[in-house]
Amino acid sequence: MQKHWWKALSVLLISYSIIVGFLGDVPARDILNESIRNLYFHVSMWFAMMAMMIVSVIYSVRYLAGFSKTFDTKANIFAEMGLIFSFLGLVTGSIWAKFTWGAFWTNDPKLNGTAITILIYLAYFILRGSMDDRDKKARIAAVYNIFAFVLMVVFIGVLPRITDSLHPGNGGNPGFNQYDMDSSMRMVFYPAVLGWILFGVWISSIRFKLNTANEKIEEWKNKILNQLQ
Amino acid sequence: MLQVNVCIYIWPMLKEIVALIKKDALLEFRQRYSFFSILLYVVATVYISYLIFISINDARTWNALFWVILVFASINTAGQSFANESGNRFWYYYQLARPQSIMLAKVFYNTLLIWTISLITFIIYSWFIGNPVQSPWQFLLVVLLGSSSFSGILTVVSAIAVRTNNNATLMAVLSIPLLLPVIIIVVNASLSAMFGLPLEENLTNLMYLAALNTMVIILGYLLFPYIWRE
Repeated sequence: MQKHWWKALSVLLISYSIIVGFLGDVPARDILNESIRNLYFHVSMWFAMMAMMIVSVIYSVRYLAGFSKTFDTKANIFAEMGLIFSFLGLVTGSIWAKFTWGAFWTNDPKLNGTAITILIYLAYFILRGSMDDRDKKARIAAVYNIFAFVLMVVFIGVLPRITDSLHPGNGGNPGFNQYDMDSSMRMVFYPAVLGWILFGVWISSIRFKLNTANEKIEEWKNKILNQLQ
Repeated sequence: MLQVNVCIYIWPMLKEIVALIKKDALLEFRQRYSFFSILLYVVATVYISYLIFISINDARTWNALFWVILVFASINTAGQSFANESGNRFWYYYQLARPQSIMLAKVFYNTLLIWTISLITFIIYSWFIGNPVQSPWQFLLVVLLGSSSFSGILTVVSAIAVRTNNNATLMAVLSIPLLLPVIIIVVNASLSAMFGLPLEENLTNLMYLAALNTMVIILGYLLFPYIWRE
């Protein structure tokens, strides 16, 4: 029980954010109207994605420091989880953009950043798939993960400052800016972020256990086959 | 202490780097076909673009086409940079030189190569399609800075791609997402050079490019030993 409290917490926080997110009061804004509630879901996906990517890159660094296979598996699983969050964020964002900006896709630095993040991590999985040797795969993939992550952070950290954006907080956007989120919205938003991050960690840990179990099964299968021969 | 460092680490490394760059240049000179194949690639691509467009009046389109040609030419150039080091010859280099100096030498060499290619591309491209650039020197400065960023990123990626089974396709797949930040900055910077804005307007872009360059080289320096060991 002591080990599992955070799983319950994540379910509680997500349910809270869904219930209060749909039923609670939100500030009335032009253009956005009630769609402002999507902030609880769309933006928390990006926060969760960044958290997963950061964890993944930390495991990659730790892999290079000691070459333990566990870290490589974890880096891979967290990157996959981050990619899933980025797809969810993309879908929620696209629908929101259609109703507020009038198109599913706009030329916006944040959207370009998303596209690049997704491309980078898809390339990461293709890179992993292209090598057979377990150690070589882990090492090269860790290097690419670190290299790509730093460039991606530069990209999403620097570029929005160079160019204009429709997103709140960068450039002239009449509908919404960062000061429009009042304290009642923050009371839902931050728990939602925390809830989704915990949820991501939870799913990743389940996938890690499954992965380890499968590897053990493979190992035993090979052992038994060798015995039989 | 500093003097000891210079004597023990930096000086031998510089000598190694110079020797490696000389080796690469000599190999390139002896097997001229790889350089000329890239050149032919550029000429053919420019001519195809000429046949499609005849002339381009829109500055944005001119710029976009120029950078598309340059990006793919750079990917092809840098993609071959570890062709000689794969296979058995790899072991020879592995024992001969530090991985860091191999990486730095390759980056410098690729930078020189991509600079040459990009200057030639600029000339041929202006020859066929016309040249609406209003401050050419500033444009060339952007091209040189941008191609050195390309060379840093592409050298690391090509070292990664050479370790995999199908490196030609993977080279493009791995490098294009990583090149996008550079491309966006470079396109902004070169557009303002095309419109003849003063250099001060462009300084932030150029500084971002230079910072990105330094960062890529530092990252490559730290990570390359892990790619290099077999």
